[in-house]
Parts: sequence; C-alpha cells; structure tokens
Amino acid sequence: MNRYNNQFKITFPAKSANEAFSRSLISAFSTQLDPTIEELCDIKTAVSEAVTNCIVHAYAKETDERKKTVSITAYIEYDNLLTVKISDRGCGIDDIEKALQPMYSGSGSDERSGMGFSIMGCFTDKLSVKSKPGKGTTVTLKKYIGKQHAAKK
Amino acid sequence: MDLTTLVKDDKMIIYLSGEIDHHTSREIRDGVDRLIITHRPKAFILDLSGVDFMDSSGLGLVLGRFRKIKELGGEMYIANAGDRTMKILKMAGVDKIIKSVECRITNQE
Ligand SMILES: Nc1ncnc2c1ncn2[C@@H]1O[C@H](COP(=O)(O)OP(=O)(O)OP(=O)(O)O)[C@@H](O)[C@H]1O
Ligand SMILES: [Mg+2]
Repeated sequence: MNRYNNQFKITFPAKSANEAFSRSLISAFSTQLDPTIEELCDIKTAVSEAVTNCIVHAYAKETDERKKTVSITAYIEYDNLLTVKISDRGCGIDDIEKALQPMYSGSGSDERSGMGFSIMGCFTDKLSVKSKPGKGTTVTLKKYIGKQHAAKK
Repeated sequence: MDLTTLVKDDKMIIYLSGEIDHHTSREIRDGVDRLIITHRPKAFILDLSGVDFMDSSGLGLVLGRFRKIKELGGEMYIANAGDRTMKILKMAGVDKIIKSVECRITNQE
C-alpha cells in the first residue's frame, strides 16, 4: 500500500460564497474513504471554520482584491488518515495560544463567538496552526476516517 | 433562506432552514432582526429543525439574537435543534443560557 494515495490542491478567492464550496469539495474528496455521516459532518464543519477564518480575519485590512486568496491542500495517507491544510497570505496571528482559547475572538465588531478553533479541535483528531504576522496562516487538520472499514482489511 | 414566521399574541416563532454559515448568516440576521423589531415579541422561539448545517457563525447568530431580545425585554427559546446543531450549541454553553422548548409549526413540512 502506498503511503500517499490521493491528494488535491486548490486556490480560490477569499469570498464568503466559497465557504459552502469548500465544504462540498472536502466532502466529495473524503467520500473515497467511506466515511460515516458523522465523520463527514465533522470534517465539513472543521474545514468551514478554517476557510471562514481566512475570509473574515486574514484579509480584514487588505485592499488589493487579487491578493485575497485561500488555498486548500488535502491528502490521504495509510488509507484512512485525511490531512487538510487551509492557508492564506493574510495578516497572520500574533498570539496563537490566545487565538486558540475557547470564546476568544480578535474581531470585536462582528457577531463572532470565538469558537472556531475549538470546533476545529473537537471535530478532528489533530489541529495545528502555523502563522507569521504579516505573512499568513496555515491551519492543519488531521482526521482518521472510515476506521471500521480500515480495520476489516 | 426562507424565514417561515408565526406570530400569535406576543409570541413569535421563526423557522430557519438550510445552511447557516458566515455567508448566509448576514441575510438571516437582517431578516430575523426586522421581524423582531416589527413584532417585539415577549417570547421568541427560534425553530432550528430545518437547519442542515451550522458552524460557529450560527452560534454568533443565535447569541446575537438572544442579546437583542433581552434588550427589548423579551425571552428567547430554541426549538427542535438537530443533533449536530445541538452539539455545537452545547460546545459554546448556549444550552445553559437559552432554554430549549418543543414546538410544532403546522406549515413547516
Ligand atoms: N486565518 C486567520 N488569519 C488571521 N487571524 C486569524 C485567522 N484565524 C483566526 N484568527 C484569529 O483567531 C481568533 C480566533 O479564531 P476563532 O475561529 O476561534 O474565533 P472567531 O473567528 O473570532 O469566532 P467564530 O469562529 O466563533 O465565529 C480570531 O478572532 C482571529 O483574531
Ligand atoms: Mg472563526
């Protein structure tokens, strides 16, 4: 069995209409792992949170529309481990530890609950955040999918 | 997103359906707020049974309406949230702040 058996990469404008698109996309890609409905909902929700953060926070002060992009890379390893990387080239996060705290939101004006990262952490097996102020942010989500199928093989 | 609304005396029920994310929540918020301002209900029930996707933007939407209703002297309730929706509401402790009730709108099907 190959360690890496499938992957995709896509870049799209940081427009809110693409939140639903990113959910459909990751859902379609994950289908090959035979996920349960629950697993599919989990990964869709986590990706939705990460993509929304790029759209809402990363480019809050960016005026050049062409620079506002979100990239998603996803790959499957070992037949059951899905990795999704969501990245932007926006403002970055100064204090990642603080940003990860439940109920913390850096945007005061909007109606944000500050639960995005908590939801990503809860619905996946591993969440990691890399960020450079002024350069951008990459969120990596890892989730074992279709465990029961893998066990049978 | 269609907002099915039922107003009776000082009670208002709004039935939400479809996906609630950052993209859709703006329009839903504006629609719900317009109805709240118009009817100023004593009891406001948000029926979430038709919601088939919700993320943290939905939390913001629900909590924002809760504050709005409080400001106007009313009480807010959540009705018929599905398992997924409830899981996310519970993560933010919304279930402790906003009471859940059972209700049926006859034209909901
Ligand atoms: N891609 C990003 N670029 C810049 N800042 C970010 C990014 N992602 C998150 N942040 C910062 O981290 C904070 C916490 O993010 P989180 O998703 O947990 O909450 P939120 O987006 O503020 O609210 P919610 O997700 O509940 O609507 C954000 O308020 C923002 O300040
Ligand atoms: Mg967020």
